[in-house]
Amino acid sequence: MTAMDSLYQQIIIDHYKNPHHRGLPDQFDAEVHHVNPTCGDEVTMRVRVVDGAISELGWVGEGCSISQASTSVMTDLVVGKPVSEAMQLNALFLELMKSRGQAEITDDVAEALDDAVVFEGVSKYPARVKCALLGWMAMKGAVAAAAENATAEHATAENPTSENPTAENPAALDTTLTTVDTAGLGSASVTHEHTR
Amino acid sequence: MAIDVEAVRKDFPILSREVHGVPLVYLDSANTSQKPQVVLDAMTEFYARHNSNVARAVHTLGSEATNAFESARDKVATFLNAPSREEIIFGKNITEMLNLLAYSFSNASSTPGAERFRLGPGDEIVVTEMEHHSNLVPWQLLAQRTGATFRYIPLADNGRLVESAIEEVINERTRIVSFVHQSNALGTVNPVARIVARARQVGAITILDGAQSVPHRPIDVQALGTDFVAFTGHKLYGPTGIGVLWGRYDLLAALPPFLAGGEMIETVAMSGTTFAAPPHRFEAGTPPIAQAVGLGAAVDYVTALGMDNIQAHEDVITAYALTGLQTVQGLRIIGPTEPLHRGATISFTVDGIHPHDVAQMLDEYGIAVRAGHHCARPVCVRYGIPATTRASFGVYTTTDEIDALVHGIERVKEIF
Repeated sequence: MTAMDSLYQQIIIDHYKNPHHRGLPDQFDAEVHHVNPTCGDEVTMRVRVVDGAISELGWVGEGCSISQASTSVMTDLVVGKPVSEAMQLNALFLELMKSRGQAEITDDVAEALDDAVVFEGVSKYPARVKCALLGWMAMKGAVAAAAENATAEHATAENPTSENPTAENPAALDTTLTTVDTAGLGSASVTHEHTR
Repeated sequence: MAIDVEAVRKDFPILSREVHGVPLVYLDSANTSQKPQVVLDAMTEFYARHNSNVARAVHTLGSEATNAFESARDKVATFLNAPSREEIIFGKNITEMLNLLAYSFSNASSTPGAERFRLGPGDEIVVTEMEHHSNLVPWQLLAQRTGATFRYIPLADNGRLVESAIEEVINERTRIVSFVHQSNALGTVNPVARIVARARQVGAITILDGAQSVPHRPIDVQALGTDFVAFTGHKLYGPTGIGVLWGRYDLLAALPPFLAGGEMIETVAMSGTTFAAPPHRFEAGTPPIAQAVGLGAAVDYVTALGMDNIQAHEDVITAYALTGLQTVQGLRIIGPTEPLHRGATISFTVDGIHPHDVAQMLDEYGIAVRAGHHCARPVCVRYGIPATTRASFGVYTTTDEIDALVHGIERVKEIF
């Protein structure tokens, strides 16, 4: 077993020990909480979307190194990028995770996914795939929640009432419990989506 | 006669495998055991030379297949010291056997003559906090179906039951006590005699989950004293797809069936059907014939070695492992730390490293362990941890393999 064959590439260990974009920002458009029920990996994430781009993203979480490192690597890739590009990267990473070790990574994909390609080996271990996907699913959910919230705020802005929740005066959080089948891979992560 | 473990290992073809270019160190026998060549040969021989359906055919192959299947039943009956071979029921696995009981009890509500098994509001079903989900969820569902109350004997901090709670939780309203003999997550061996005595005082039916005990110690169902004992073949060096339920004949004879279909009937008419006597009443459809034959061969194999010898061997390995693991800084054993009333299964955590990472890295060194909640999530909740890493041993486990495990954990710690 050479270092290159190991699932635990140095990048993964580094991101696990020093995760990027840790911490929940005070200003945010949506917060999500995702969990892998079978192993207890969890992540809480807040995003801010400005002019269709992820202007801010912060997270806290705990769990296995794959889940935490993958989340950290993901944040480096998407912060500052337009939402559409973040979703494309999400789709690419998902493809990689479904590849069962058979992926042929083109130069374009390698360039786009950057450090995230180091998780390629995870695709050989079905039990770990949802660990690697946890942060990506949270990001996707957070961005979607931010978009929903923006639409709702826009609608209420036209009919202002004193019960409008605003960033300065949050109303009681509206929580929806949904079960997300992680890209049809047969596992479920439970998500709590808070919008404000 | 002590186990010659090197000779035993040669009986198991898979143990010569390599994983990631290094020899396999298989420490996951609680999950499933490996299979000796004689078991594989018995099943192939059955399919190649004696295959036919059982009980139905009048031709030669049919009677050979029936003999093979029914002699497996005899072997299991002897192995468990059951009073009668008619008390041995074959199914798919132990989960199915426990569900069989749970559903037969609720079917009693609508079966004339089965009043003694009826449950309703006010009745109580008792399990323990250390149960595997297969001996927990069926009883939750039974409670839900019947309105009975679901209760459990709690765990103490040391990985054993709160023994004083045995007499408290089991009371006059208790109708069923279903409990595990040896915990798959903690290794704890429970005080069967004490639980049975209390259950008898209150007239409750007792069911023993023997999945982790039957493969690892001599079992005498008459000495144990419970009304039912269940186990699964694939943990006893036999194939997957074969589970066993032993039950007292008088209870089985009064229990309504679970699965219905061919084989379990006496006569069938459009106006109504009568049912076969046990065990066939509980064996609907074509049974796992080749699997039962494989289980019979596995029973022969362990009987030749001697279950008491196997237990002695595993006790040595377990004590060695408990000592070795406790030399690792930051490693915490979840469950009894002394080799007393505990079996060959050790769950542990390593400070700062998630069990999935421990198990994954150990795999890269060829070492197979399990990580997670081991289908015993209440145990993890009780001890405030999301998961553990679990190493479990069998007749073929060596002290060298334990050394490899301890050394492997030290290497994992260096990386993280």
